[in-house]
Amino acid sequence: MKTVSNRSEKKGSVARVMQHASGDKRFKILEAHIKKFQGRQDALIEVLHKAQELFGFLEDDLLLFVAYRLKLPASRVYGVATFYHFFKLKPQGVHTCVVCLGTACYVRGADRVLAAVESEAKIRAGETTADKQLSLLTARCIGACGIAPAVVYDGVPTPRQTPELAVAHVKGWIHP
Amino acid sequence: MIIDDLIEIAEKERASHKKTVIRCCMAAGCMSSNSEAVKGGLEKAVKDAGLGDQVEVRGVGCMRLCCEGPLVGVDPAGVLYENVTPEDAPSLVASTQGAETAVKRGDPGHAFFKKQHSIVLANSGQIDPERIESYVEAEGYRALHAVLREMTPKDVVDAVIKSGLRGRGGAGYPSGLKWATVAKTPAAQKYVVCNADEGDPGAFMDRSVLESDPHSVLEGMAIAGYAVGANQGFIYVRAEYPLAIKRLQVAIKQARQIGLLGSGIFESPFNFTVDLRIGAGAYVCGEETALMASIEGKRGTPRPRPPFPAESGLWSCPTLINNVETLANIAPIIRNGAEWFAGIGTAKSKGTKVFALAGKIANTGLIEVPMGTTLRQIVEEMGGGAPGGAKIKAVQTGGPSGGCIPAQELDSPVDYESLTRLGSIMGSGGMIVMDESTKMPEVARYFMEFCMDESCGKCIPCRAGTVQMHRLLDKIVKREATPGDLAKLEDLCDMVAKTSLCGLGQNAPNPVVSTLRFFRNEYVELLRPEINGGPAAPAGPARSNNEEAK
Repeated sequence: MKTVSNRSEKKGSVARVMQHASGDKRFKILEAHIKKFQGRQDALIEVLHKAQELFGFLEDDLLLFVAYRLKLPASRVYGVATFYHFFKLKPQGVHTCVVCLGTACYVRGADRVLAAVESEAKIRAGETTADKQLSLLTARCIGACGIAPAVVYDGVPTPRQTPELAVAHVKGWIHP
Repeated sequence: MIIDDLIEIAEKERASHKKTVIRCCMAAGCMSSNSEAVKGGLEKAVKDAGLGDQVEVRGVGCMRLCCEGPLVGVDPAGVLYENVTPEDAPSLVASTQGAETAVKRGDPGHAFFKKQHSIVLANSGQIDPERIESYVEAEGYRALHAVLREMTPKDVVDAVIKSGLRGRGGAGYPSGLKWATVAKTPAAQKYVVCNADEGDPGAFMDRSVLESDPHSVLEGMAIAGYAVGANQGFIYVRAEYPLAIKRLQVAIKQARQIGLLGSGIFESPFNFTVDLRIGAGAYVCGEETALMASIEGKRGTPRPRPPFPAESGLWSCPTLINNVETLANIAPIIRNGAEWFAGIGTAKSKGTKVFALAGKIANTGLIEVPMGTTLRQIVEEMGGGAPGGAKIKAVQTGGPSGGCIPAQELDSPVDYESLTRLGSIMGSGGMIVMDESTKMPEVARYFMEFCMDESCGKCIPCRAGTVQMHRLLDKIVKREATPGDLAKLEDLCDMVAKTSLCGLGQNAPNPVVSTLRFFRNEYVELLRPEINGGPAAPAGPARSNNEEAK
């Protein structure tokens, strides 16, 4: 990974931009975000959130970029990225289906909902279908216990799911 | 900003209200049942009916009975509508003018509402959480003004001590003592941290408070900052709560704009700023030292205490860490006086507690009751018992760190000591009802799997112990375990509880220990006799009859 500083800006100017060798615009946005935190090392988790939001997942090159810009050892950045469940190190599918396995959802049958989606999509929780259409994930608790069991389809929490409802929802995504 | 400005905002807000107010729940539960479209429909219906000068539609926070959402309330008639759809909007609006409507009406006189005692949730479902004016109208930021202008930091700490408030995050440590420790530790820089990493599955009280009344937490933090001598606050909130994050961002921005956060608040020398830190999905970060590591941008692993955060916390500075609900109690305590708060609840547990009722229960949602209310009142009267007339078997409190309280103990009062005596904990306030169809060894395995996945891996008893306990529980559930395995499990529970570094490991065996204590027969039924001439299973056939029933 290379970063090239753009020297055409005036020295000391806030707008001094570091460019990623790939020329990908998203790095510029990430750069601006790092600036917002004045490059503070304790902002690492915030920066990783932004990076994942921009790129969908955190590939090695991206982690190295973050490490370089925050002046942190790559091991520290990798350590943090792998510690937290929220950060994804592999590409995700076009659609996501997150089955909540919180206690309230569990006692109301979320395990059966998950099993039904697993067998329909022929993947296990945490995996993505081979055609990259669907990522099946589980959540510890999304705090929607009043409407259990809840499933989050592409970011939209949906109440009172049954195995049949869940399969009907993801069917169109896995068999387009 | 001076007090006159605050009063002016409140009066302007009050004067702007129309004759009839339609409140539409905009908390996460109802929003996932389409309440945003309901609100849009109501606004359009009001406009279409030409009632714009008489009726206002207000988006509010949680109205508590989440299972019947979307909920809509109409004032001053005091009517509550349940399961409202966008199509219901015209008829609902017409009903404010005296017409009949077929929309399902709730019963605000039901025990679920009547038995509630609102302190923390007083504004929830009433005010618009995205407008600071709405909070100011409800006496908001008056306590902060009183503190800054009329009280010394010591007065504030004394008031919190006198109120008897205890931490609502789980352990129940007296909040006043914690504040006093931070206040008397000399340091140039101190911090106030709000722990909004509500990780217990089945608990959504803090989420609701943040979504419904974010300013009450900000005000509590600012008061805490003044009392302990901190000028910077952090709110550590879970990434799983996008709506709470958004509402907090809005609230912080608005408070800053009118000078209720920032420098020279209420023209006093007191400065206070609040920053948000978004978690990234690690249950262990609810533990205070792990949470601080995460705020510092590190892996969220706990460290041994002492030193306690009150002496050496964030970046080694004295740090006050309180839970969302604890901080939301502060402004009411200052406004109404410590004696008022101390008059509510039991001898050792003061005030109220918010619980999230969920699981196999008719009325799921949020309740706030005085400490000392019995579980039976909560579950049977307010919650309406298990749906379909099923029999309640147990109530789980305290999440993966808590235990299962059997039905025969339902008459126990809910306070810190009583729950501990029953082998559970108050925890953050998740209350999950289980009926006869729930198998306790499976519940224990479920929680152990949770702890195993969430163990941070720093200390060996928790890292390796949870894996072994899960393996044994799995064996038991699959009917492959022997009495020797059960004995091994009990030994391990004891060892992990005594030797783990932080609360996660120390409490991980709780669900096993508590279900073994009250439902031992369910485990024994699943055991098969010892092979190789070991002792036979103590009771029951190796394969019980409910195999088919399952």
